[in-house]
Amino acid sequence: MPESYVPKEAITHGDGGTAALAIGEAESLERPPGAGPPSAPPTGKPRGLWSDAWHDLRRNPVFVISGLVIIFLAIIAIWPQLIATGNPYRADLAKAQAGAEPGHPFGFDTQGRDVYTRVVYGARASITVGTCATAGAALLGSLLGALAGFYGGWGDNLLSRTADIFFGIPVILGGLVFLSVITSSTVWPVVGFIVLLGWPQVARIARGSVVTAKQNDYVQAARALGAGNRRMLLRHIAPNAIAPVIVVATIALGTYIALEATLSYLGAGLKPPTVSWGIDISAASTYIRNAPHMLLWPAGALSITVLAFIMLGDAVRDALDPKLR
Amino acid sequence: MTQNDHQPRTDEAAPPTAGRPGLLDVRDLRVEFRTRDGIAQAVNGVDLAVTAGQTLAVLGESGSGKSVTAQAVMGILDSPPGFVTGGEILFQGRDLLKLGKEERRKVRGAKMAMIFQDALSSLNPVLSVGAQLGEMYTVHEGLSRKAARGKAVELMQRVGIPAAEARVSDYPHQFSGGMRQRIMIAMALALEPDLIIADEPTTALDVTVQAQVMDLLAELQREFTMGLILITHDLGVVADVADTIAVMYAGRIVETSPVHQLYKAPAHPYTRGLLDSIPRVDLKGQQLYAIKGLPPNLTAIPPGCPFNPRCPLARDICRTDLPPLYEVAPGRASACHFWKETLDGAR
Repeated sequence: MPESYVPKEAITHGDGGTAALAIGEAESLERPPGAGPPSAPPTGKPRGLWSDAWHDLRRNPVFVISGLVIIFLAIIAIWPQLIATGNPYRADLAKAQAGAEPGHPFGFDTQGRDVYTRVVYGARASITVGTCATAGAALLGSLLGALAGFYGGWGDNLLSRTADIFFGIPVILGGLVFLSVITSSTVWPVVGFIVLLGWPQVARIARGSVVTAKQNDYVQAARALGAGNRRMLLRHIAPNAIAPVIVVATIALGTYIALEATLSYLGAGLKPPTVSWGIDISAASTYIRNAPHMLLWPAGALSITVLAFIMLGDAVRDALDPKLR
Repeated sequence: MTQNDHQPRTDEAAPPTAGRPGLLDVRDLRVEFRTRDGIAQAVNGVDLAVTAGQTLAVLGESGSGKSVTAQAVMGILDSPPGFVTGGEILFQGRDLLKLGKEERRKVRGAKMAMIFQDALSSLNPVLSVGAQLGEMYTVHEGLSRKAARGKAVELMQRVGIPAAEARVSDYPHQFSGGMRQRIMIAMALALEPDLIIADEPTTALDVTVQAQVMDLLAELQREFTMGLILITHDLGVVADVADTIAVMYAGRIVETSPVHQLYKAPAHPYTRGLLDSIPRVDLKGQQLYAIKGLPPNLTAIPPGCPFNPRCPLARDICRTDLPPLYEVAPGRASACHFWKETLDGAR
């Protein structure tokens, strides 16, 4: 935008004020409530950071595709019978490790169960563990990290040392000890354990980016113009510090789904009556030469899920950065 | 105006009421930074006074304590490591240092506001300028977002941003440097504060834009009869807009004077050095004068006059006795033992 010289008369007098008022009125007359056009003109109603981001996201194919994949996964996680009419537990040992055949497009596993049905039913456990653990770790971690980074002092030290202690816990050993004493066959102990181990990583990233954002001049400027702590943190620091947290969270989501698989393989994660990609991948890994389809289908489903979440995170991060617009 | 550090005040009787005189009265302000390398004495007994409609320029090089003084007055000093260790900041009769955190916050923005050096980094990159301008009204006056936006457009027009209503949703990086600084000024002016502190408002701008921004600032100041503290190291900027000048060195005021008298005949060797180091057309081709040496390390300010190691007039007394602010003329003071010689033009 070129610098243009503005005559002083335009600045000093009250005309500017009345002009602005007139424009404001015209705008409200033009746009009665609920009748706004779908694509808002630049003079439309005020948009915040999030609505601007949403405006961008809707036009981003990466976001649309990954969003659709995630919605699809969420639907089959809730209602697997919509696309899989079989029973994931029904075993026909005569068909053990057999390949695809009509009605059973993915073939059978070692115990003669339909792989397709199990992949569809397995989405529920993996998605639940992945999203809940990520949400828990991200919320807890970013909240604690942001507070520690913003206020500093002894709270910051306490948090950093606590995080160090959690970092010191070996994941597998901790999982074996912690989860073997719990007999529940639901996904929640696994989710809880992953949140417990996962939050320090998020907290550390969140703390770091809040400390960086806090030093920005605009935070100082907001303070000089009378913003309180809460407003500074929520409106000026958080949006500028959230991108690394989103990136870490999306990467962690894939890791957490894989961690659930690892723990399940060791017998400490989900217990066999539950259907999970992790359990099936572990079971199939021994037979990769004889019957690779048993491994490839659940592993493929896992990969697509993780990819969709990472793409989503990428798109959201870009949308939250107005400089990329 | 500025008082002698070492002698009892004579005008103490004047009651600190909110009136035209005494909008801001800083007395014996002391600020230190507690760092790992020791305690840095950034501000050592500064007295400043600004009345409504008056412009005070605080002049000094980097590290002279001018920005720290401003931050202490605004109450935005990073603490730790910075601490106000003494003095009072009387603003409209109230000592700001005695106010609670929340009361102090309410003063910021509404009663006194600040303009920063670099508008690009002083505006939040993820919020549209309209949102940031409007925030002044939603925070302090509880306006709705829509009403605040209308006010934001009004403000943008007032500071001379063309097509304000179309650009109100734009983000800071979409504006040029001069336009961004206008937006910063608009934000500071939003609630018509009584005092504005501008910390090097034109340093990041190119020369032609500098003049426009300074004109705008001076004009708005007259219109609202605000007090303005202009912090700068640019003597050229000061001459046109300031009424009085306070020159700072090593956290102290070394000279304070009405602007034209100071330019005509400085009463402190440091001020003289500053004036002599301005490039002048009539001295083209000659070596430019520079003050020798470096400003003192604030963790170890030399005894006596802090300027003595760099001063061409320094004598024994300068190395032992800290000069008080001598009254040179009514409204003029200089912290130099040899102010008379300096005033008479000795080097």
